[in-house]
Amino acid sequence: MLGGGGGAPKERRHPNSAGAATRRLGVGGRGLVIAIPYFWLLLFFLAPFLIVMKISFAEFQVGVPPYTPLVEWVDDQYLQVRMSFASYFYLFGDELYVAAYFNSLKIAFVSTLFALLLGYPMAYGIARADKSIRNLLLLAVVLPFWTSFLIRVYAWIGILKNNGLLNNFLMWIGVINEPLEILNTEIAVYIGIVYAYLPFMILPLYSTLEKMDMSLLEAAMDLGCRPWKAFLKVTLPLSVPGIVAGCMLVFIPAVGEFVIPDLLGGADTLMIGKVLWAEFFNNRDWPAASAVAVAMLVFLVVPIMLFQGYQARQEAKAKEQG
Amino acid sequence: MSQQARSLQDQVARTEKGEASDLLKPLIQIEGVTKSFGDFVAVNNVSLTIYQGELFSLLGGSGCGKTTLLRMLAGFETPTSGRILIDGQDMTRVPPYERPVNMMFQSYALFPHMTVEQNVAFGLKQDGLPRDQVRQRVAEMLDLVELGHLGRRKPHELSGGQRQRVALARALAKRPKVLLLDEPLGALDKKLRERTQLELVNIQENLGITFVVVTHDQEEAMTMSTRVAIMNQGRILQVDTPHAMYEYPNTRFVAEFFGSVNIFEGPLLEDEPGHVVIGCPDLSVPIYVGHGISSREGATVYAAVRPEKIALSKEPPADATYNTATGVVEDIVYLGGESTYLVRLDSGRLVRVDLQNQTRSSEPELTWHDRVHVSWEHSNVVVVTS
Repeated sequence: MLGGGGGAPKERRHPNSAGAATRRLGVGGRGLVIAIPYFWLLLFFLAPFLIVMKISFAEFQVGVPPYTPLVEWVDDQYLQVRMSFASYFYLFGDELYVAAYFNSLKIAFVSTLFALLLGYPMAYGIARADKSIRNLLLLAVVLPFWTSFLIRVYAWIGILKNNGLLNNFLMWIGVINEPLEILNTEIAVYIGIVYAYLPFMILPLYSTLEKMDMSLLEAAMDLGCRPWKAFLKVTLPLSVPGIVAGCMLVFIPAVGEFVIPDLLGGADTLMIGKVLWAEFFNNRDWPAASAVAVAMLVFLVVPIMLFQGYQARQEAKAKEQG
Repeated sequence: MSQQARSLQDQVARTEKGEASDLLKPLIQIEGVTKSFGDFVAVNNVSLTIYQGELFSLLGGSGCGKTTLLRMLAGFETPTSGRILIDGQDMTRVPPYERPVNMMFQSYALFPHMTVEQNVAFGLKQDGLPRDQVRQRVAEMLDLVELGHLGRRKPHELSGGQRQRVALARALAKRPKVLLLDEPLGALDKKLRERTQLELVNIQENLGITFVVVTHDQEEAMTMSTRVAIMNQGRILQVDTPHAMYEYPNTRFVAEFFGSVNIFEGPLLEDEPGHVVIGCPDLSVPIYVGHGISSREGATVYAAVRPEKIALSKEPPADATYNTATGVVEDIVYLGGESTYLVRLDSGRLVRVDLQNQTRSSEPELTWHDRVHVSWEHSNVVVVTS
């Protein structure tokens, strides 16, 4: 027997109590509600993806459409399926693509790291700010979304270019004598990505930090931790779910980012989104472009699945706690 | 209450009067402490001395300042003015991580990402204690609260009572000079609470660590404490042993907060050193009180009589010159061990009387609409002036 501290184990919620409402709706009602998003994903995500995948197995040809059919009747008798892996071999054979993939991952990784370093203190500051201004600060974080993404990236050109705001300011206060070459370098891409995706880092971090029980920090200090150590021992480990969510939300779209490297990065910034665009519109090689897209998806599916697995575990844990 | 606690109470009383040769050393000295938040004064000029080995309760309703006072002892709040000394050292502005006190939080504040063992070891590791000593102390603490077998569980895998024990073990692990407990039993159900009260007292006496407990529960304070301070609106109204607090409340508020009471209001008719007489419009006869008070004749005073100290009978009392009245039984509340009778006096005033149920008879001697006489001994009344 548990020494005195026992008490009855928590009762499991009766399974029928939650099911009553859905039973009244009937299985049809519940099925319908679930079917809508499934149908949406099927129509606008899976079907286009299958088409892209199909094209990736075709071969380039001059004509309309600019690729060979996958399935074809030969002599009106045989159904011929012609699957070509040439585009994939090409993809992995050509250093350009491999380099573009790795460079995309690198840029996305470094940007995510900076977004985290920048976003964490901001989220922390908002979560610990006075309740009356907290919503105002959150509003400030999401305010840029009111403006078009494209316009905001263009604005960075105005800031970063040689006679732009930043250089003029730095020269005016006398820190530098000659303008810094930022635009059309990878640094500009980092700045652009970190800027554009920072809210996606801040919001999940904020929501975990805001939920945190402040008495935990007091307990840590009471037991002998200085504030900084209490942060490392308590706040940081407890905000890991927010860190993971924020990093995924920044990393995944950053890998495939096209607009920012195209506008800010200049010609020699190698990112997979740019390569894909060039393949489609400059080379008009649809099969190769499709193969790039499929490969990118496979690259990204792995971290997404890791993330989902992590979330599922967190939820299971939270359920146990509740 | 143990005999040990009782003798400590006597020693504290002697020390306070300054008459003993074995004077106790004050462990906590709160000197004129005030804490305001903006315009709101949470703690108002409080002075208090707590001695080594005491189990001291701060009792009061919500918002009375008891938790703020406790948090100032822990170092989470800094007094606006005044001083706090612990073991002779000025702690007023010392941060919580440098104080020789530990706190058990109302919410327990167990670290959810650590096991029970890691929670208990947390403070010891901050002190840089060698590993084997940490392990030994953790095992010791978990044995103390009888949770040795659950060391590897996470807090969310424990019941409320077990969590409470982990919180206690964690707070005691560093062997603080003072343990501060914020509503330590507030989250437990009644049965578990009663058992835990006694266990907490046992642990406290065995370890000899001074406990300062914040509670809103008058019974809890009465069961556990060597001394109690009652707070209201940021001020301390009375500091006393539970017995003295109950039998000799110094204000109307204390009398009403610390147990139930019937208060009779009236002018002071006779003011002698050995007794006073109060005219009371609620009764047909005046109230005779067997002790003197320092007030002037004619002043309005309050006579407080505890419900269990009132006798109820169908026959008139032998001496009907003082302290009696007639009325009708209006309501009876059966509480198992005792029953509460609400008697409507002829003046219209309602009086509460508690009687022991000494037999199992379902037909009590007194029943609804019975005409009864209420009366009490003059030694069972206490006069409060405010």
